[in-house]
Amino acid sequence: MAIAKRAPTELAKQTFEYAPAPESIDHIKIEPRYGLFIGGKMVAPHSKKRFPTINPATEQKLAEVVEADEVDVDHAVKAADKAFEGWSRLAPSRRARYIFRLSRIIQERARELAVVETMDGGKPIKESRDVDIPLAAAHFFYYAGWADKLEWAFANRKPRPLGVAGQVIPWNFPLLMLAWKIAPALAAGNTVVLKPAETTPLSALLFADICMQAELPPGVVNIVTGGGKTGSLVVTHPAVKKVAFTGSTEVGKLIARSLAGTGKRLTLELGGKAANIVFDDAPLDAAVEGIVNGIYFNQGHVCCAGSRLLVQESIAEPLLEKLKLRLGTLRLGDPLDKNTDIGAINSKAQLEKIEELVESGVEEGAQIFQPECKLPERGFWFPPTLFTNVSQSYRIAREEIFGPVLSVLTFRTPAEAVEKANNTPYGLSAGVWTDKGSRILWMAERMRAGVVWANTFNRFDPTSPFGGYKESGFGREGGRHGLMPYLELV
Amino acid sequence: MATALSLSHLGSLMRGVRSVDEVGAEERAASLAKRSIKKASKLWALDLAIRCMDLTTLEGSDTPGKVAALCAKGIRPKPGDATIPSVAAICIYPARVADAKEHLRGSSVRIASVATAFPSGQSFTSVKVAEVKEAVAAGADEVDMVIDRGAFLSGDHEKVYEEIVAVKEACGPAHLKVILETGELGTYDNVRRASILAMAAGADFIKTSTGKVQPAATLPVSLVMMEAIRDFVRETGRPVGFKPAGGIRTSKQAIAYLVVLYETLGAEWMTPERFRLGASTLLNDVLMQIEKERTGAYQSGDYFTID
Repeated sequence: MAIAKRAPTELAKQTFEYAPAPESIDHIKIEPRYGLFIGGKMVAPHSKKRFPTINPATEQKLAEVVEADEVDVDHAVKAADKAFEGWSRLAPSRRARYIFRLSRIIQERARELAVVETMDGGKPIKESRDVDIPLAAAHFFYYAGWADKLEWAFANRKPRPLGVAGQVIPWNFPLLMLAWKIAPALAAGNTVVLKPAETTPLSALLFADICMQAELPPGVVNIVTGGGKTGSLVVTHPAVKKVAFTGSTEVGKLIARSLAGTGKRLTLELGGKAANIVFDDAPLDAAVEGIVNGIYFNQGHVCCAGSRLLVQESIAEPLLEKLKLRLGTLRLGDPLDKNTDIGAINSKAQLEKIEELVESGVEEGAQIFQPECKLPERGFWFPPTLFTNVSQSYRIAREEIFGPVLSVLTFRTPAEAVEKANNTPYGLSAGVWTDKGSRILWMAERMRAGVVWANTFNRFDPTSPFGGYKESGFGREGGRHGLMPYLELV
Repeated sequence: MATALSLSHLGSLMRGVRSVDEVGAEERAASLAKRSIKKASKLWALDLAIRCMDLTTLEGSDTPGKVAALCAKGIRPKPGDATIPSVAAICIYPARVADAKEHLRGSSVRIASVATAFPSGQSFTSVKVAEVKEAVAAGADEVDMVIDRGAFLSGDHEKVYEEIVAVKEACGPAHLKVILETGELGTYDNVRRASILAMAAGADFIKTSTGKVQPAATLPVSLVMMEAIRDFVRETGRPVGFKPAGGIRTSKQAIAYLVVLYETLGAEWMTPERFRLGASTLLNDVLMQIEKERTGAYQSGDYFTID
C-alpha cells in the first residue's frame, strides 16, 4: 500500500516562542494603606506623611506607607526596649521555637512572599521564588538552631545580648536582608527595630503579619517604614545599642560618623566592585554562566556582583564571543513571568544612575555591547550591557554601578590579575575560574575580599559568613561569625 | 563525505578540548528545566517532539509483525487525526530493516538502523563495517553506531576515530549518528572529548545512549554535548545534529530537551534534520498531552493505540 507524503502541518512552519507564563497574583492581598508594626500590632502612626510604593515594572502604585517620624521611631524603640527584658530572659529553647516558627511560616507563605517581592522590587519571579524566599527561611532556620547553643559557641566566653538593635536594610533583597538582620539578632536574645528600604517596604510589612501569626511576644520585632530620615532616626536613637546597616558606602560612612563616640556597636555591609577572574584553563561554558549569574542576577542590584570581568588575554576572544551569544538569550520583561531572566530596575533614581554611568563609559572610550532587546514601554528597564576596551581608570571600572553592566578588562599573568582585582576601594567578593586547584588557593590567599568564590558566583548559604574588606564594610553576617555583632562576650 | 581531520591533528585536537565544570553544567541544565512552556508554545513543542522522534524498538524479541506495527504507528501516530505529523524515523536492529522498508514505502518516515555490534561495540572493526554495509543495502537511511568505549576509556582515541571514519565510509549516502554511551564514559570531560572526537571523525549526529545502559540520556549530558556541537560548528562551520535517547518517557522531559536545545544551539537546530529524540514509549504521552492542551481534559489511555 502506497501512502502519500503528508504536507507539513501548520505548526511545522512556525518557530519556537515561549508563550507568556505569568505567576498568578490572584491570591495576593495588598492593603491600600499600611501603618507601622510596633509592640506586636499594626498601629496608626503619629506622622501624617505617607508615600506610595510602586511596581517598578508597571509604575503602578501598590500601596501607601508611612514616613515614620521621630515620635513613631521613639515608640518603636521603646516597645523594643520594653520587650528586651522578657525576650532576653526567655529560655533559649523557647526563643528557638519562635524563630523556627517564623522560618516555617515563611516557607508556608513562600509563594505569597515571592510574588509581593517581585511586584514591589521588580526582580524576576524565578529569583524571588528560588533564591530570596528559600534563603530567607533558611536563615531563620539556621539561627533558630543557635539560640540554645550560644553558651557553647564561643569557648570560655559568656555571651550576653546587647539590647535593642536598630537595623536598616536595602532594596535589592528586601526579605532576605531582613532575615540576615533579624534572625541572628533574635537568636542572640536582642529585640529589633527594622526599617525596610523606601522602595521595597511590602515584604517587611508582610513579615510583620508573619510575626503576629507566629505569636511572637509584642515588641520583639518592630518595623517602621520611611526614607533616609527615618533610617537616621532609628540608628541615632539613644536606646539603640547596636546598629546594623546594609546599603551604599556613602550612607555607611554617614552612619559611622554619626555613631562615633556613642558606644553603639556597628556593622556595615556596603558596596562592591568585585572582580570575576577567568584563567585560560577555565571551563569556559561554566565561566560564561558564572559571569552572567555574577552581574545580571537581580539586574546587577547585588552588592557582591561580579561587575568587573578580568579575563586572561589569551582566551578573551572566545570567551567574549560566547558571552555575547549568551547575552542574546537572556529574556528581559515582565518580572512575574516565570521565564523572565532580567526584570525591572528597582527605581527611576537607580535607572538614572545606571544611565549616567553607562554614558560616562561610552564617553571615556569603552566599547559598548547590548544584545538586541525590546524594552517594555512602561516601567524602568535597562538591557544587559557589556563594556570592552575598559581601562582601570574609567569610572565604569571603579564605581559601583549597581545595574546590569559588566566591564571587561584583561590580564596576562596571575600576579597581574591579583593586582588589578585588588585595585579598588571595595573588597566584598571575588570569583576565580580555573581548573587548577592550587591556583584557586593561591588566588584566594591574595584577594582582599570577604568572599572568594571558586568556579561559581553569587552562591549564598546561611552557614557561611559574608562581609567586606576596606570600603565594603566590616562585621560578618551568616554563620557563627554572624552572632558576634549581636552579643557581648564576657 | 566526512570532513575528517588528519590523524596527526587528532592529538592536538583532543588536548585542546575544554574542560567541563560538573556543578556548573548540572546547575545550568536544572535552571533550563524550570522554564515554563505553556499553551501555544507547548503545542508547538509537542508537535516538534513528534516530528523529531526516532520511534524505537530494540528488543531481542522484535519480529516482522512488531516492526510492521511500529511502522504504522510511526506514519500515523493517531489514526483519524490528520493534524498529528509522522515521526522522523523508526529505529530498529539491522536484521529488521528489510521488514520496515516494505511498510514505510511512500511515507516520509526514515529507517534508522543501529549497527556496529550494538549496544556494546565489542567486536571487530571488519565485522562492524560489514554490518553497516548490509544494513544500508537492506534500506537503512540512517545508521546509529556505537563507539568503542573500551578503546576510548583505555586512551586509544585513534582506534575510536578510525572506526568512525571507516563506518562513515561504509554508510555511503546514509546519515551517521554516533552513540557515545555517556553512561559508560564516567565524566562530563569524557563526554565532551568523545563528542569532539566523533564530530571530527565525520558524525552527522552525536547521540547520547543506546538505552541499554543506565543512566541513559540526562539533561546535563545533553547540555555538554550541545555545547561541544556549538564549539565544533564555530571551528569548522559544519553543523552536527544531536540525539538524546533512553529514558525520555514524558512530554515534560521532551520539552525540557527542546528548551535546552533552543537556548544552547538556537532555533536552527529545531528541525528533524538536526535534532532527534530517541524513544520507545514517549509518543503516547505526547499525544495525550496534545489532546489535553486542545480539549482541556485528559483522555483515557484506551484512546491511544499501543506500539
